[in-house]
Amino acid sequence: MSTLVEIRNLHKRFPIHGDLLDRIRLKGGRLELREENVHAINGVDLTVNKGEALCIVGESGCGKSTVARTVMGLIEPSEGSVHYQGQRIDNLSPREMMSYRRRMQMIFQNPYASLNPRMSITETLEEPIRFHQSDLGKAEMKDKVAEVMQAVGVDPSWGKRFPHEFSGGQRQRISIARALIVDPEFIVADEPISALDVSIQAQVLNLMMDAQEQRGLTYLFITHDLSVVEHFGARVAVMYLGRICEVAPTRTLFAQPRHPYSQALLSAIPRLEDERPRFIRLQGEVPTPVNLPSGCVFHGRCPHANDRCRNEIPALRQVDDVQISCHAVEENRIASG
Amino acid sequence: MTTQSSPHEPLLNTADSRWQQFLDSHFWHSFKRDKVAIVSFSIFFLFILASLSAPLLAPMDPYDMTQFDLMDSELPPVWQEEGDSRFLFGTDAQGRDMWSTILYGTRLSLIIGVCAVMLQAFLGIVIGLSAGYFGGRVDSFLMRLADIQLSFSTLMVAIIFLAIFQAAFGAELYQDLAMVMLVLVIGIAEWPQYARTVRASVLAERKKEYVDAARVIGLGPIRIMFRHILPNTLSPVLVISTVQIANAIISEASLSFLGLGMPPSQPSLGSLIASGFEFIFSGAWWITIIPGIALILLVLVINLLGDWLRDVLNPKLYKG
Repeated sequence: MSTLVEIRNLHKRFPIHGDLLDRIRLKGGRLELREENVHAINGVDLTVNKGEALCIVGESGCGKSTVARTVMGLIEPSEGSVHYQGQRIDNLSPREMMSYRRRMQMIFQNPYASLNPRMSITETLEEPIRFHQSDLGKAEMKDKVAEVMQAVGVDPSWGKRFPHEFSGGQRQRISIARALIVDPEFIVADEPISALDVSIQAQVLNLMMDAQEQRGLTYLFITHDLSVVEHFGARVAVMYLGRICEVAPTRTLFAQPRHPYSQALLSAIPRLEDERPRFIRLQGEVPTPVNLPSGCVFHGRCPHANDRCRNEIPALRQVDDVQISCHAVEENRIASG
Repeated sequence: MTTQSSPHEPLLNTADSRWQQFLDSHFWHSFKRDKVAIVSFSIFFLFILASLSAPLLAPMDPYDMTQFDLMDSELPPVWQEEGDSRFLFGTDAQGRDMWSTILYGTRLSLIIGVCAVMLQAFLGIVIGLSAGYFGGRVDSFLMRLADIQLSFSTLMVAIIFLAIFQAAFGAELYQDLAMVMLVLVIGIAEWPQYARTVRASVLAERKKEYVDAARVIGLGPIRIMFRHILPNTLSPVLVISTVQIANAIISEASLSFLGLGMPPSQPSLGSLIASGFEFIFSGAWWITIIPGIALILLVLVINLLGDWLRDVLNPKLYKG
């Protein structure tokens, strides 16, 4: 299986200090320039293989969406690089980026904000074609729009209508159509179903899986819903506070999570069983991403933490078909159940 | 949901359906319910109609010196005893028919007002869009410019500018260019109003995902700004435009009143009011009062329409 997208040692910091005047502080009789950043991503390494669906899971604020937006070039990484088929793409000029724009597309979280309210559906769908395939004739363009609308289950005769005339599920289908219309090979989906009604979620998921099968798509799927992961992803990456804890094939992860955070996360899935012997209750709260904990970011809440965890940042290591970053696993301190 | 109700019905002719859509809209319904809006709109419409058809309605051409006679000067309106049936609203000091002059003057005032606002809107929208979209230093720089511009009053800038122009290039050239100069001065002095409004809405729109979607497609910043963001910021622009037209008309009238606007040979409403001011105490009140009433009425109805439009376009103000 060949690698399509590779993320290497990605960092993203968002400054929260104000302008120059706000930053100046008097400390011990000396003027100092204060610098404060939100560390949204702290060294993420990830590879997406061609044809697979890689899910990123994690709680709110762990940097999932930032990873997605950095991969798409919507925000620039502070450090590290993004590679597409071996070619580095995070530092390209808009013109050089153009050929990659056609090959990678994005589906957004909120179907109520991701369509321009002043453009009809046809206009929205025709714009990418006009832009990327300007050699296409008018009739061909119309055919293409109709074909993609049909494929996502939206009646092509509704093209004259505006986004506010559609329901959330229909809008998300239109959003997917907009991503599919340039025939991409890689799609980043940033929580595409979390804003939808439960009854619609399955429909949209199935639509995305059908599209994957028919068009040979590769997905980077961001979600916080573990049941979706079980249904959708071939591999899962678990994130916590801007770092990758564990990357594993879906089945392996659900059968036997190894990282203490993955274990806690999976044990939190509600189940129809009276006894839940393995339910892990984590202590404390997620630390602030402004002042990151030293060593492993999870050490403050981890039941297996020791001095090494408090001082040394664990690297992502390959064990069998699982990548994991945990000292305790490496030293075999966790009794596997 | 309405979407599913009619996919199989034959599509109406687009013009018809647009019209139907308009009749069904909140816009039209609230207009029908609001008596003030209906009355203001009718009066405003009459003003526009009268000024557009001024050459047809006016019994004489106030710009043509050969058509009026000094013997007819300062005749009162027809309803007064000494009135002359040829002159509905009387005549001014040069024997010009007031009715014709007011028609032409309204036309000038409206043209200057609308053109100045178009210039303001153009500058303000371009500057506001760039400030809001690019943010950071560009934003700070452009908004400080706006602050500086706002710290001078429009009238002060206009008076200095027009006075210098008159002194430097002579009154004759000024007379020929008066209209263009007024449009430029009023237009340039008031752009920050637009820039600030547009910037504020752009800041809100820029964070929405459809803008990200456009960037993911690869569209350039100019195209995203004008094609995606601008259409979504137009309703506040529409509202301030009405207020700004009224303001521009008043500014023009004030400048003309101070002798820095339209020359007496091509009077706007403001210069008419000014020209009658000398005669008001000798009894010829109509030269000032009648154009004054026309000006007040025009500005009032535009402001009332603006108020109504603001209420309609701002959903937070829906009344019941």
